[in-house]
Amino acid sequence: MNSYVPILVLGVLAAGFAVVTVVSAALTGPKRYNRAKLDPYECGIEASPQPAGGGRFPIKYYLTAMLFIVFDIEIVFLYPWAVSFDALGVFGLVEMLLFIATVFVAYAYVWRRGGLEWD
Amino acid sequence: MSATAVAAPAVHSLWTTAAAAPIHAPKIEYAQLSPILVVLGAAVAGILVEAFVPRRARYGTQLAVTLIGLAGAFAAVVGLAATGYATTKADLAAMGSIAVDGPSLFLQGTLILVTAVGVLAIAERGLEPQSREVPHVDAFAPQAAAVPGSEDEKAAARAGWSTTEVFPLTLFALSGMLVFPAAGDLLTLFIGLEILSLPLYLMCALARRRRLLSQESAVKYFLLGAFASAFFLFGTALLYGYAGTLDLGGIAKVVTGDAAPNAALNASAHGDALLLIGGAMIVMGLLFKVGAVPFHAWTPDVYQGAPTPITGFMAAATKVAAFGALLRLLYVALPEMRWDWRPVMWGVAILTMALGAIVAVTQTDVKRMLAYSSIAHAGFLLTGVIAGNKQGVSAVLFYLAAYSFVTLGAFAVVTLVRDAGGEATHLSRWDGLGRRSPLVAVTFALFLLAFAGIPLTSGFSGKFAVFSAAAKGGAVPLVVVGVLCSAVAAFFYVRVIVRMFFAEPRADGPSVAVPSALTGTAIAVGAAATLVLGVFPQWAFDLADKASVFIR
Amino acid sequence: MNSLLGLLIAAPLLGAAVLLLGGRFVDRVAPVLGSALAGLSFVLGAILFSNLLGKPASGRAIDSDLFTWMHVGTFKADAAFHLDQLSMTFVLLITGVGTLIHIYSIGYMAHDEKRRKFFGYLNLFLAAMLILVLADNYLLLYVGWEGVGLASYLLIGFWQHKPSAATAAKKAFLVNRVGDIGLAVAVFLMFTTFGTFTFQGILHPSVVSSAGQGKATALGLVLLLAACGKSAQVPLQSWLGDAMEGPTPVSALIHAATMVTAGVYLITRSSAIFNAAPTAQLAVVCVGAVTLLFGAIVGCAKDDIKKALAGSTMSQIGYMILAAGLGPIGYVFAIMHLVTHGFFKAGLFLGAGSIMHAREDEVDMRKYGGLWKKMPWTFATFGLGYLAIIGFPGLSGFFSKDKIIEAAFAKGGTEGWILGGAALLGAAITAYYMSRIMVMTFFGKPRYTTKAEGGTSPEAHESPAVMVAPMVVLAVGSVFAGGFFSLGSRFLHWLEPVTGHSEGHSPVSTGVLTAATIVLMLLGMGLAWFQYGMREVPAAAPRSIWPVRLARRDLGQDDFNHAVFVRGGTRFADGLAEFDAKGVDGAVRGVAGAVGGGSSRLRKLQNGYVRSYAFSMFGGAVLIVAATLFMRAV
Repeated sequence: MNSYVPILVLGVLAAGFAVVTVVSAALTGPKRYNRAKLDPYECGIEASPQPAGGGRFPIKYYLTAMLFIVFDIEIVFLYPWAVSFDALGVFGLVEMLLFIATVFVAYAYVWRRGGLEWD
Repeated sequence: MSATAVAAPAVHSLWTTAAAAPIHAPKIEYAQLSPILVVLGAAVAGILVEAFVPRRARYGTQLAVTLIGLAGAFAAVVGLAATGYATTKADLAAMGSIAVDGPSLFLQGTLILVTAVGVLAIAERGLEPQSREVPHVDAFAPQAAAVPGSEDEKAAARAGWSTTEVFPLTLFALSGMLVFPAAGDLLTLFIGLEILSLPLYLMCALARRRRLLSQESAVKYFLLGAFASAFFLFGTALLYGYAGTLDLGGIAKVVTGDAAPNAALNASAHGDALLLIGGAMIVMGLLFKVGAVPFHAWTPDVYQGAPTPITGFMAAATKVAAFGALLRLLYVALPEMRWDWRPVMWGVAILTMALGAIVAVTQTDVKRMLAYSSIAHAGFLLTGVIAGNKQGVSAVLFYLAAYSFVTLGAFAVVTLVRDAGGEATHLSRWDGLGRRSPLVAVTFALFLLAFAGIPLTSGFSGKFAVFSAAAKGGAVPLVVVGVLCSAVAAFFYVRVIVRMFFAEPRADGPSVAVPSALTGTAIAVGAAATLVLGVFPQWAFDLADKASVFIR
Repeated sequence: MNSLLGLLIAAPLLGAAVLLLGGRFVDRVAPVLGSALAGLSFVLGAILFSNLLGKPASGRAIDSDLFTWMHVGTFKADAAFHLDQLSMTFVLLITGVGTLIHIYSIGYMAHDEKRRKFFGYLNLFLAAMLILVLADNYLLLYVGWEGVGLASYLLIGFWQHKPSAATAAKKAFLVNRVGDIGLAVAVFLMFTTFGTFTFQGILHPSVVSSAGQGKATALGLVLLLAACGKSAQVPLQSWLGDAMEGPTPVSALIHAATMVTAGVYLITRSSAIFNAAPTAQLAVVCVGAVTLLFGAIVGCAKDDIKKALAGSTMSQIGYMILAAGLGPIGYVFAIMHLVTHGFFKAGLFLGAGSIMHAREDEVDMRKYGGLWKKMPWTFATFGLGYLAIIGFPGLSGFFSKDKIIEAAFAKGGTEGWILGGAALLGAAITAYYMSRIMVMTFFGKPRYTTKAEGGTSPEAHESPAVMVAPMVVLAVGSVFAGGFFSLGSRFLHWLEPVTGHSEGHSPVSTGVLTAATIVLMLLGMGLAWFQYGMREVPAAAPRSIWPVRLARRDLGQDDFNHAVFVRGGTRFADGLAEFDAKGVDGAVRGVAGAVGGGSSRLRKLQNGYVRSYAFSMFGGAVLIVAATLFMRAV
């Protein structure tokens, strides 16, 4: 049975993390209820005027968030490349340019299709 | 001494050695990756088309870009096969990430052809009611982001907008599918899985009619898919923990004892638990994609909700890709574990065949019935996978090629039978269709007979191959169950035929739309493949047989 | 030469493909194209014939392997053709008479809207019949056999808007199936016994005798069954009379000259098998003798000219079957009679067609009469055919039929006397019914009133040249073919290397037999003249004594079939249906109910909530992991 112990421990740790965060947030957080507090994400986004199928939210907020994530990941990817730039040489440069170009294709799509305009 | 205490410093040493090793630029064999790269390139070009080509010209441009990309990719596959990659040599390209061998090329070729036919059905714009202002209407939402039933949506429909993004999305999904059966390591496999899944989730949500059903199906598919991906990823982590490598071949070596397992864990845990649980979880991730019981629950809801051309593409291509990956995983990484996975897979296969066939009996919706039929077929395919011999591999390869064209054809026919509410998918609406539109009904009957595995259709050739391989591999009881389930399945296929040809047509019955050359071609190709692979299957068997050796 | 053999078949096959698939585009050229391709086929046949004649008598054969048709394990079937003297004879008959009838049809079918289909079917028939006689193995022969059956079915039912035609086609098809089963079983038996289908591999006395008498007899009997179906021999004769619903050129080509003789070909071709099986041979001669009388009697009673001729066809083929059943003393004469019959019977049918053409498809001979003046060419050619069939000295039928009668007596013993007697009696009846047709049709006063005279019938007129010309050619054949063949025993020497021949020794001398035949013929003619020429022919058939009534009803063939097979079959089927409903369906419904019940229960698991799907996935995952670990632990 010895071999299963690490897996068991892993499982307990994972479950523990989920439980602890949820429970501690509920226990420690202040409880001041008001209208803004009940809004989704507490950030002023309102449900659309004619909710169909139980209420929906404007998509723009999420679009912006997604764009942020795209560029965030790009940066995350650029860091290790910058660190080992010497070792990777021209190959690395070309590949990275390709990568950036591809990301910019997505960016161009969002830009051309009005994803950057708030209204 | 507890296990965790030992593990901690060992993991640390792994980390440090990795950091200390010098980094080299990877060697990439672009030519061998060309099928995937061409498809990806075409997809990126498709995004640029969306960005810069005026709305009116987008449809034509997208269709051209897509078909040219597919043609190029297919040429690349044929070129690779012609230089002997499938038969005389094989290679692990891109530092072992992509296997270029027989099964890869066979399945990639199949996938590209299937996608080409699927794209024809997706590109159809002549079935929905049209007006003078909006002469072409496709099967997809005019503006996917608009709330169903809202003014925005109506305005978009009036303006004749359409979601031409489906073309690049299809290509992205295809690129993931091309990677999937060819992946040489678990991480590439996972990336393939995600690349193929994400566009599909989106495409499921794009139906023009019954949008809420469509969006619901997409959300379900996404949530359950994410769940399955989590299983897969967790299994990957465990297997890496066991073997210290992500290479499928490397894992196999560790299993056989030809290579040392993960040094860090070896000392304390003897690793088998990681191997067994990790392997099982990865297989579960793949079983989700093929729609095997108990990971099948999404199939009927998603097949029903998704736009029908997408359902056809998804049902055909995903199955091909996922079974390819399953074969590679079980035959390359875990062949020595077959005494562990075979009994479990037996159970899964039996449950899958039985549940698919039995529940299909009481279905009243064509698309749901075909979904359960696809579950049953996943079970039949699993019997071939379980066979565990070369014959099993070639049988599964053949079955996939045969099945995918039948599926495409069947769903393409479903798009034609319509009434005021769009597609008339309730089976009772199909009563007497044979009298009103004999050609369509006969074609659909052909596909149903192929599903049922009646001789002279490709379904028979495929089932025969799979079952005989399984019998040869010692799985005779499985074959018996398979044949019994085929009999049950034949019942509900034939029942539809009976309805079409022997029931009185309803006065308010649906009409059959006359398709443009696109859907017409798709159906014709499907029917032709069904007949050719049924009457003259030998050349395809030979091809699959030649292509049935995995590189390790 | 080998490639010519393929081309010979390809020509009509191409015609059929073009005409049947070509659609309206080829409507206009259909008659000419169909006839031209039939003619091309005949020309090729003639070239091959001259080539064969150039070879020594012992080596007159051409083989042509087209391709391997199927090859599975020891099972090997080739699409290969074999041309020898026997098949050559048939090729010339089929393409020659076929071409003439194609040409005739240009006139006969001139006003039919479906001409294109008609010629397409005719070409299809030619191709299938050529495959039948040229095949070098029984499997390919079977293909041709089914092909001619199909063409026959399509052509009998050509005017399918007439219910009678549709029914007749169905009847022909069904009855032929019974015979076809015989051929199918024969093919199976051959493969299990000899391991091959080829004539070369089977048809050797040594090979056949190695299989044993029992096998040979069984093979002979199933082959006879096949022959009975295709050649309308008792007991599978009932379809031929109804087959006259087809257009008359079809009756002439398929149901008189060629297809119906396929049974004779089959028996003659399989002579090695029959020679080794005396019991089967006995069955063959019995069938032949019974049919020749049966057909003749039916022919006497029919007022429909085509049905009377159909009875005659049946009877004449009975002669051929009888001859073929006699063994080596009869094969050559069976084929010789087959060829001469091809000429005169096709000629007679074309004559009948010519009359129908003139009389707006009137077939009742009681409404004919005195036509010789109005249709002199038809009268002349029909008359020559008539003289040929009754065996008028010097004409074709005289030579070929006499030989058969002689051979029947030569069988020897009581058997010989019975068979010879039957054949002689048949000859007398033939003379009677043919004279009856002749007299009722051409002589006496017209028994119809034309429109000019205030009646309903059109004025009879001679047919156009395109129809008359083939009739003339056939009449020439009817007159001279027999003499030509017999002169110096030409036909005998030509066919002998294939079929073998031995001289029989008749207990009655040839002179006496010939004299007897002629006397009987004159008796028959006289009786017919007395009955129909001396007196007025009533416009409606008078009520007659029961044998005549029975003959009018085809000797009760349909009543018999109905009572025994239809009613018996229905009862059997009802029984099966009951068993099916109670036994089989009960079990099936039980299973189906269980499946359906399980299905509805399982269906409830699919509740649409993604949370319960996820939960089932999780449960499944736990189960699978547990099972995997459990398997390892065990």
